[in-house]
Amino acid sequence: MRPETRIDRCFAALKREGRPAFVTFVTAGDPDYETSKAILLGLPEAGADVIEIGMPFSDPMADGPAVQASSLRALKAGQTMKRTLQLVREFREKDNLTPIILMGYYNPIYVYPNDAFLDEARDSGVDGMIVVDVPPEADEELCLPAIERGLSFIRLATPTTDDARLPAVLANTSGFVYYVSITGITGAAAPVVSDVRAQVARIKRSTPLPVVVGFGVRTPEQARTLADCADGVVVGSALVETIRTTLGPDGRAGPDTISAVHRIVQNLAAGLRSATARV
Amino acid sequence: MPSPTKSEPQAPNSFRAGPDDHGFFGLYGGRFVAETLMPLILELEKAYEAAKNDPAFQAELRDLLEHYGGRPSPLYYAERLTEHLKGAKIYFKRDELNHTGSHKINNCLGQIQLARRMGKTRIIAETGAGQHGVAVATVCARFGLPCEIYMGATDVARQSPNVARMHMLGAKVNSVTAGAGTLKDSMNEALRDWVTNVRDTYYIIGTAAGPHPYPAMVRDFQAVIGNEVRKQMLEREGRLPDTLVAAIGGGSNAIGLFHPFLDDKSVKIFGVEAAGHGIDVPNGHNASMNGGRPGVLHGNRTYLIQDEDGQILEGHSISAGLDYPGVGPEHSWLKDTGRVSYVPITDTEALAAFQLCAKLEGIIPALEPSHALAYVMKLAPTLPKDDLLVMNMCGRGDKDVFAVAGYLGMKI
Repeated sequence: MRPETRIDRCFAALKREGRPAFVTFVTAGDPDYETSKAILLGLPEAGADVIEIGMPFSDPMADGPAVQASSLRALKAGQTMKRTLQLVREFREKDNLTPIILMGYYNPIYVYPNDAFLDEARDSGVDGMIVVDVPPEADEELCLPAIERGLSFIRLATPTTDDARLPAVLANTSGFVYYVSITGITGAAAPVVSDVRAQVARIKRSTPLPVVVGFGVRTPEQARTLADCADGVVVGSALVETIRTTLGPDGRAGPDTISAVHRIVQNLAAGLRSATARV
Repeated sequence: MPSPTKSEPQAPNSFRAGPDDHGFFGLYGGRFVAETLMPLILELEKAYEAAKNDPAFQAELRDLLEHYGGRPSPLYYAERLTEHLKGAKIYFKRDELNHTGSHKINNCLGQIQLARRMGKTRIIAETGAGQHGVAVATVCARFGLPCEIYMGATDVARQSPNVARMHMLGAKVNSVTAGAGTLKDSMNEALRDWVTNVRDTYYIIGTAAGPHPYPAMVRDFQAVIGNEVRKQMLEREGRLPDTLVAAIGGGSNAIGLFHPFLDDKSVKIFGVEAAGHGIDVPNGHNASMNGGRPGVLHGNRTYLIQDEDGQILEGHSISAGLDYPGVGPEHSWLKDTGRVSYVPITDTEALAAFQLCAKLEGIIPALEPSHALAYVMKLAPTLPKDDLLVMNMCGRGDKDVFAVAGYLGMKI
């Protein structure tokens, strides 16, 4: 039996409270290291239950313009994989409860290389990982070594993941399942609620893990509606877009950058908590 | 599944057996794509395997290659260049004479047939120099399918004749401003389109790279080049060539020429990479095998130009078609096994070769094969006169005349 993780404890507590998880995504080091740290440290109080931290990559193929720009801002400000792990360590000094998931692409991990990255991620206080371009077919490379170290490997299930493929996607998934609500990139079209409801129900028939829904969720109303058919909702593009709109003319953090992100998280959290029924 | 960091140390029994069932050439290749695309990639693999073994598919493709594409392309003895370089006997494989002006049509005719078999109703593609974009727009016009081409903004500017051709053929050209606006960025955008429109859209990748089965499939469609050379050289000279030279961006024309000869030990093989401003200039070249290291991008593991943190660099080449920080995975494997030598050629060397070829042979080459030619200029004088050297003239230079005139300060 796997030891209980921060992710497991978090979802168990939410279940007891009867409310959906609010999962927030921001990119590490966007728009700079110190501002990013202040944003992260304030997320739990603003209403985030789980924090996804994007590992910036030069070529984020699955991301829309908002997350692409966020990734490039962070890289321009000097963010690296080492500094991303440092950010997690500094967060953990202040908060030892909120689950942290690193999300990104394989190449910066691969060249780290894999074993050293997984060791340092675990030691920094990372709870799980989402690596967009490592499918279950390559589990031996990264997913299984992550699980051996007690890290959860969270898999994306998508509208194209049919019944024949679903068992492979779920096989080594732990923590929760992330349902990508649209065929597309992050921050694109709004999901169709009836489709999401049917798909989440289908996934839940095959796994006891919580299922959260993301990609294209922007408003408190959307979050509330989607929360009615899943165990949680992920919001990312709307947050990094808020960072962008608060930057000064020099592209650096403005006076409102941190508070504006926390405000939108509060609004989304309030919307989410008014969700009526749990599945 | 191979170890993720170790390549096979010993030489294999055959260099022509790859990829394995998981799409790997040793350490390289694979299927590193988002889950949304995985079911389609697996479906594509099945569809391609079925088509490959279907005599009707192959017969239709042969007919198209001959009567629409203009194959076989000639194997031409470059007599004046041979005299000038005073060494190996130099032949050009004239793939620049194909319909649309490059080897790209070989692959596009194959993939459009596959897309139709799979019932796909919309085609997308990336392009660097625009040669692949033109070939895709051409086959889409021929078969009546709507088509969108992603092309970096830098490339749109430096290859404007090809942009006009794509428009005239009815394609929509999307100019990509992300990054340096070159081939890497256009491939990112094409992948974003594909993941969004995965159900009805077929992505015609233009080079022997990307997730499995693309590297093997594109190679198979381009192997017509090497198979013809083999037959033509046997007819002309009564024996196999001794030396093969081809330019490498993603590496589709090169693998097409090389693959049929990989198990002929007497044949020396050279792939020519774009060294841009020079192999020692940081971020100033796109010689991924000479100046990069293994990583994962665009669906495959391969040599990449990248920084210490694993961020992909833009690199540089005068040739839009070689201006890509990666390379097809089979080339990475052929490099590690030592079967093929990969050598760098700079912008300046390629420009000199471009001019020499125009004046000595009356052939204006594209900037991509100008790199191969520049290496031939170094190599041929070191070889005996009876060494039969074949260089793939994979594209014509019409698209490059304005850009080259600019570099040379010519008033036109």
